[in-house]
Amino acid sequence: MTLTEAQVRHVAKLARLTLTDAEVAKAQGDLARVLEAVQALDGLDLSAVPPTVQVHPQVVAPEADAPEAPLGVERALANAPAKVGTSFSVPRVIG
Amino acid sequence: MPRADFQPVIGLEVHAQLLTRTKLFSRASTSFGAEPNANTLPLCLALPGSLPVLNAAVVELAIRTGLALDCTVNEVSEWSRKHYFYADLPKGFQITQYEHPICEHGGLDVALPGGDKRIRISRIHIEEDAGKSVHDGAAGASLIDLNRAGTPLLEIVSEPDLRSAEEAAEYLRTLRGVLLALGVNDGNLEEGSFRCDANVSVMRHGATAYGTRVELKNLNSFRFVQAAIEVEIDRHVELIESGGAVEQETRLYDPDRNETKAMRSKEDAHDYRYFPEPDLPPLVVSAEAIAAARAALPELPRAKQRRYVSALGLSEADARFLTQEPGSSAFFEAVLQHYRGEAKKAANWMTGELARLRNASGEGRVTPGALAELLTAVDQGRISSNAAKEVLGVVHQSGEAPSAVIAARGLEQVSDTGAIEKVVDEVLAKNAADVAAYRGGNQKLLGHFMGQVMKAMKGKGNPQLASELLKKKLGG
Repeated sequence: MTLTEAQVRHVAKLARLTLTDAEVAKAQGDLARVLEAVQALDGLDLSAVPPTVQVHPQVVAPEADAPEAPLGVERALANAPAKVGTSFSVPRVIG
Repeated sequence: MPRADFQPVIGLEVHAQLLTRTKLFSRASTSFGAEPNANTLPLCLALPGSLPVLNAAVVELAIRTGLALDCTVNEVSEWSRKHYFYADLPKGFQITQYEHPICEHGGLDVALPGGDKRIRISRIHIEEDAGKSVHDGAAGASLIDLNRAGTPLLEIVSEPDLRSAEEAAEYLRTLRGVLLALGVNDGNLEEGSFRCDANVSVMRHGATAYGTRVELKNLNSFRFVQAAIEVEIDRHVELIESGGAVEQETRLYDPDRNETKAMRSKEDAHDYRYFPEPDLPPLVVSAEAIAAARAALPELPRAKQRRYVSALGLSEADARFLTQEPGSSAFFEAVLQHYRGEAKKAANWMTGELARLRNASGEGRVTPGALAELLTAVDQGRISSNAAKEVLGVVHQSGEAPSAVIAARGLEQVSDTGAIEKVVDEVLAKNAADVAAYRGGNQKLLGHFMGQVMKAMKGKGNPQLASELLKKKLGG
């Protein structure tokens, strides 16, 4: 099994990745191996199993709607490469 | 060419911000007006290792909304990741509900000129909002504020059951009224806590397949919703009539030019790569919780309207006016607690003089008790309707008790029969010739006598009593 070059380029575009031709070729095989690993499931008889998004049947109680102390702007922005006032600053995005 | 040949088909998606104190998956505050990024916790910033923990209040409000909109509330629903890249979405995905939303298969009755129409609601799901980008705050940069990131939203999706821009606007007003009555949303379109996208297409009458649909965004007032849908319908009809075809795309409404323009190109067609959210277990709601929410539902606006019309004798228009905002109906019902007269009279004053005062100068200081007192004074003949308007204006500004205003301004009517009779006798004695003319058949002179009596009493005589006494004496 192998992915087409077009499939890899499409996924790369969605992920905002710029790949060289060599990287595209390598990813065709790498991504295919991920899919093959999952394909192992095809070997199982799952006709009696309902579609399941999670295998762990846990029920986690939701939390009460009570605010906690915020991080504070200094800590929140501590890792920001650029900031203006207390806002993160990023290269201009045209909405 | 004839737009009448085409049938518009409209479905609406509403994003309603839930009135919770904290965010959907973190206990960061949702309070409004904090400085940028002050209301953040690690999850809002997508810091590594942070995990989502569901807010119980969100689930409660979603169930309440689903039940009010006649939906099936699913005991198990699931979370998904919706991926896209934008600077105000630091995780790179939005947590939402995709294949298995919490509520499905509902409907909302909308009052239209031709009678009630049920607009089906296909689904309601819970999702988190993104942060805010400001593009004009600094040169060459966009500024990101993540205070709003993670705020809980309900997306309420209608079936394409709406057939005109007016129907769409009325559906929205009705939906807003329901959400306000439920206390789940503040209904503010301008500030974006109640947002609407419209899916619009047209088909020829008699056709069985829908036309290509366009998604309209940026509809932040009822007026814009209606106007944007109107111009979009026109655009579709013109395109089709001139041999062209509508392209499926997202368009933005520009209210200044009253036109829509393409927002995303086809090349960037949505590919959100949804998959189940691995950090959250399925959302499980107990049948008991659903039953409890159902038992606690308040009376909804449409039911209130019907009750006001059938039990209280109000007009349909007054009933609708009084149920648009929960505050209005609460005020009206509080007036009726104190006022023993006709409910219709109380409604008339609320939709008339009080609404006029409030439109002109804000909410004002009239309490339900004060309005009831004023209406009672009119019913008892202590003041005239005109004097009552004057009193209401003063109370609206000052908050004084109506009785105090009536006394201070000397507005009390004279309803003492003896006192009025004395004046009537004087007037008739002074106008002997007119009295003879009246008795000779000139009934119009009654108004003249009334005027004389009221003038002599400086306008304070009870007009009903004065008129009765005049007729009695003139007849004798």
